[in-house]
This record gives sequence, structure tokens and C-alpha cells, in this order.
Amino acid sequence: METIDLRKDSVRTLNSTLHGLPADTNKTAWTVTNPDGTHNIAVGLDAEIDVTVKGHSGYYSAGMNQKATVRFEGNVGVGVAENMMSGEVWVTGDASQSAGATAHGGLLVIEGNAAARCGISMKGVDIVVKGSVGHMAAFMGQAGNLVVCGDAGEAFGDSLYEAGLFVRGSVQDLGADCIEKEMRDEHKEILANLLERAGCTHDVSEFRRYGSARKLYNFKVDNASASA
Amino acid sequence: MTERDPKLRESALFNRTVISEIQRAAETGIYEIRGFGAKRAVPHFDDLLFLGASVSRYPLEGYRERCDTNVVLGSRFASKPLELDIPITIAGMSFGALSANAKEALGRGASEVGTSTTTGDGGMTPEERGHSKHLVYQYLPSRYGMNPNDLRKADAIEVVLGQGAKPGGGGMLMGQKISDRVAEMRTLPKGIDQRSACRHPDWTGPDDLTIKIQELREITNWEKPIYVKVGATRTYYDVALAVKAGADCIVVDGMQGGTAATQDVFIEHVGIPTLPAVRLAVEALKELDMHRKVQLIVAGGIRSGADVAKAMAMGADAVSIGTAALVALGDNSPEHEEGYQALGTSAGFYHDYQAGNDPAGISTQDPELAARLDPVLGGRRLANYLRVLTLEAQTLARACGKSHVHNLEPEDMVALTVEASAMSGVPLAGTSWVPGRGSY
Repeated sequence: METIDLRKDSVRTLNSTLHGLPADTNKTAWTVTNPDGTHNIAVGLDAEIDVTVKGHSGYYSAGMNQKATVRFEGNVGVGVAENMMSGEVWVTGDASQSAGATAHGGLLVIEGNAAARCGISMKGVDIVVKGSVGHMAAFMGQAGNLVVCGDAGEAFGDSLYEAGLFVRGSVQDLGADCIEKEMRDEHKEILANLLERAGCTHDVSEFRRYGSARKLYNFKVDNASASA
Repeated sequence: MTERDPKLRESALFNRTVISEIQRAAETGIYEIRGFGAKRAVPHFDDLLFLGASVSRYPLEGYRERCDTNVVLGSRFASKPLELDIPITIAGMSFGALSANAKEALGRGASEVGTSTTTGDGGMTPEERGHSKHLVYQYLPSRYGMNPNDLRKADAIEVVLGQGAKPGGGGMLMGQKISDRVAEMRTLPKGIDQRSACRHPDWTGPDDLTIKIQELREITNWEKPIYVKVGATRTYYDVALAVKAGADCIVVDGMQGGTAATQDVFIEHVGIPTLPAVRLAVEALKELDMHRKVQLIVAGGIRSGADVAKAMAMGADAVSIGTAALVALGDNSPEHEEGYQALGTSAGFYHDYQAGNDPAGISTQDPELAARLDPVLGGRRLANYLRVLTLEAQTLARACGKSHVHNLEPEDMVALTVEASAMSGVPLAGTSWVPGRGSY
């Protein structure tokens, strides 16, 4: 186990050390101590390593992650795992706004609650929030899945594209072009798989599914003369 | 052309263009969307003139004496700043908005003369990277195709907060241009009318931007220059805040800029002209003692070497061209007149870059149309055009006695109109008067 203490070393040292690991490194287990809300911890990783951050972290924790598994033992600031490509990011506490923003792949698990805009512009990531999410979750979500075990705030799934949304609790209200949809077997399978990967024991029957009505996909153009 | 009956008097308020637009709106129920930037007349570089050398200053020989044009962009924090041979760069235009051939031609032309080209809203294509010696990777609100591998392949990163055609508005790509490849790159269904986000999804305001820039630097190991691009509006404050946030370069795009598909109402009614934007940006940089330390790139209506030289004289480090680059490739060429006529327009008037049926094969994803643009020939044309801009700028700089285009200064110019004088801070010709400064 390798350890970097952020009271002694800078975040630059941390990130450059992790970026410099060769693909076949045997230093695959890392602990980061005393994060003290530092921003940009473990961003841009691109190796199959495990990083555990012991404490609260700031903005963009594990941003643009590839391949690595990063575990934050505490709360995280804005944009945890933003634009993640692959790998896994776990947060044991709560996440601030824009968790998993624009992420293309991988798994983000938030054991507490996530604030506003969780999964905004998501592009293929799977996100499981064991608590509740704030307003405008999955805003403009393009692909991937967002599972909310608690409640969802207002304007849920606003301007949604093709991301799949699952909520166990209540939804304050749905955003533009987001509707409740039938939960078919293929959706149950996706949901069950994500709940299992996130370590949740809820039954899929407790969830409702939401998706895009696809009514905003094209501009409406009238041809007044032709229809006259 | 038939002469109009003198009894027919056209309304200045409801002229034929206005009437036509009302009729179009009534017919379709949708606002007009187009490219080509603002068409209204606004004060511009044409309203400034250079004071060539005479008794009090002496000029350099037009073709013999050295007049350098190189520029270094990103020297503030980046360990690998961009070193360009000419201060004229190619602005961000996406694959999707433009064909792959057009993107290749831009890369070829820019590389031939030692300058940079820029990706757009839609990610980086391998062809674009391969043909561009210096490639600036845009970091946009949509984050379409954004990934850390391409970020590291880039030579610079441009955080886009806005563009001149539509400050405060997001991108648009109409369904007819969303081909399989474009859809895949953007993770979107094929054929939708795609509207990009207008603000970034994971930061708000200048303090967050500081952290975002640090994140991009951390991911790229502090190697890449980081630009911040803003549409010209509250330019003084935007530039000051971008400097505070840690930008290496600021790109200011005036309201004349914009090859992108945008609502006409946005193009013509939002933002300020390039002329005052340059002055405001330079004032902010000087106020912070950052002029020439944080480089300023000016875009929006740059067409000639005169525009380049005047932007430099006002304090820009480089300029960026979009529409002019497309015209150099062959956009609006009489060669395609038959195609333009079929679309109800004519060479010189074509602006429907959003429509995907560009007769010149530039703003299209239709393979047959795209094949009309030979990327090698297009690249040559662009390189020729960039050389002419450079030669023209050098000619003017030498006439003012300058051995580098960056040595041009506001004192080398006068303004032709009161408006241009007020906006540029350059005195009205024949006077020492700048409206708004001092008493008169």
C-alpha cells in the first residue's frame, strides 16, 4: 500500500505520481490521507489501480477517470467523476452538485445524497445514488443509467435524451420532455445489475422508470400553405 | 436589371427583407436559423486608418527589411506554449458543422503556414489531429466527444464560454447533419435537431472556473496552454475574470463572428462589435499588468491583412478567422452558382450553413456534396489566403516603421467616424479627440 499525505505533498505531486505509473505497475493500491477538501484529487487517472481517499474532497474528485477505482471516504465537492470514461468511483458520504457530469462510462456510486444536477449531460455512465438527488438530475442526459434509491427533486430528467432513469422514492416533478415509462424485463435486468454492483438490496419492483418522450428532438415546423 | 418605378417607395421600416421575414415566420412558425455572422453594418476595422511614416517616423523597406509575425501563445503557465509563425489562427468549427474534407483542408492550410486550427462542438477527429500541426481542442458546455486522451493529444485547450454569434446561447446542429458518425461522436440519436448546452454543466462563475482550469492543467500535467473564449459582451469584466481564473490566453469573439448555425435574432441583436471588444479587452489586460503576458486573440469579422494589422495595433497578440477561412476553401464561390440557384440563393449570399446541403461541400455531411471539396486543393487555397493576410499585415507594419506586427500601436491609427473613435479609443482623423475621453 502506497500512501500520499496531502498535508505533506501537493495535489500536483499526487496526480503526477499516479499519472506516471506504468501500465503494468505493481503499485496498484494507494491511500491518500488528509485531503481536507482539496480540489482535483486523483484527476485524469488512466491505470488499473485502487485509490482510497480518507476524508472529504473538493471539486472534480476523480475527474475524467479511466480504468481506476477511486473510493472517497467522506463527502465530495462539485463534479465528482465528471467526464469519467471507465472504472469506478465510490463516495461514502454526500456529493455536491453535478456528480458524474458528462461522464461517458464507468460506475459512480454515491452512498449518501447527491445535490443538484446529478448526472447532468451524462453520456453513458451508470450512477447509483443510495440517498436522494436534488433538482434537475440527469438534465440533458444522453446515455447511461441513473438509479436513485431515495427521492428526486424538481425538474427531474429535464430535456432528456436517451439516458435511463430509475427512482425508488418520490419525484417532485418531471422536467420538460421526461415521462414515466413502462418497466419491461430488459429494464429490470439493467436495474438489478446496477443495484447488485452498488451493493443495494432493494427489489427492482420498488422502482419506477423514466425516459424521454422524444418530443423535443426536432424543431416543429409548420407549413401553413401546404396544410391550408 | 429592370429599373424600379420611381412611384414605388420602399419603406425603410418595412423593407422587402423585413416583409419577407414576417412572411417566412408566418409560414413556418420557427425562427430563422442561419450561419455567416451578423449582416448588419457595425463600426469595424474599416473605420480605422493607418498613419504611414513620413517626417516624424521612418518606414521599413516593403520587401527587404525584416518584419516578424511569429507569436507565442500560452507562456503564462503552460510548459509547452504554442509557437506559431503567423498571428492568424483558424477558429473553432466542428466536425459535424463542417465535413471531414473541410476540416482536413483547414488543418492542411493552417499547418502549411505554421499556424493552428481548432476543433469544435463535437470532439476531435483523427483526421483533424493528423493534418493539423498545431491543434487547439475546445472544451465546450456540451462536452460532446470530450475525453482525456484527446485532451492530452491537443496542443492547447480552449475553454469556450461563448461565441460572438451567440453569447449566452448554445450550439445548434440540425438533424440533416447528424450522420451516423456525428451521432456516434456526440452520443446522440441520429437525425435529431441537436441543441448544445449554453453553460457548462459542472461550474458556475469565475471562482469555479479557476478550479476547472486547474483540473485541466492537472490532467494534462501543466503542459498545455489554456485559452478562455468569450463572446464579446461585458468584455472588460470577462477578460479580467478570465485572467484571474488563470487563463493563459483570452479569445474575444465580436458579434460579427459566427459560422455556426444560430438564430438570426441572436446573430444580429446580441453582443458588441469586435472593435470596442478589442479595446475593452486590452484595457482589462493593461489594468492587471497582464498585456502581452496573457495573450489576446481577437475574432469576429477578420477578412484582410488590414483587419489583422489593425487588431494588432489595438493590442491583440493574434487573430482568429472562421467565415473568411471557409470562403477561402470555396464557400460562396461562383463555381457553385448552379447549386446556389437551386437553393434559391446565389454565390455571395449563401448562409444556410445549418442546412447540410452546401453546394461547396463544406458545411455538410452528405458524402456526395462533401466530395466536391478537394482537401488538398482547399488547403492550398487557405494557405495562400493566410499568406496574403500576412503579407498585407507586414506591408502596413513596415509602412509604420515596425519590425514586428506586434510593434504596431494605437498611435499608428486614426478613426474615420465618431463612433469608431469612441469604440476603439483611437482619435478621430485630423483631431486629437476621442469621444468619452477628457473634455471638449
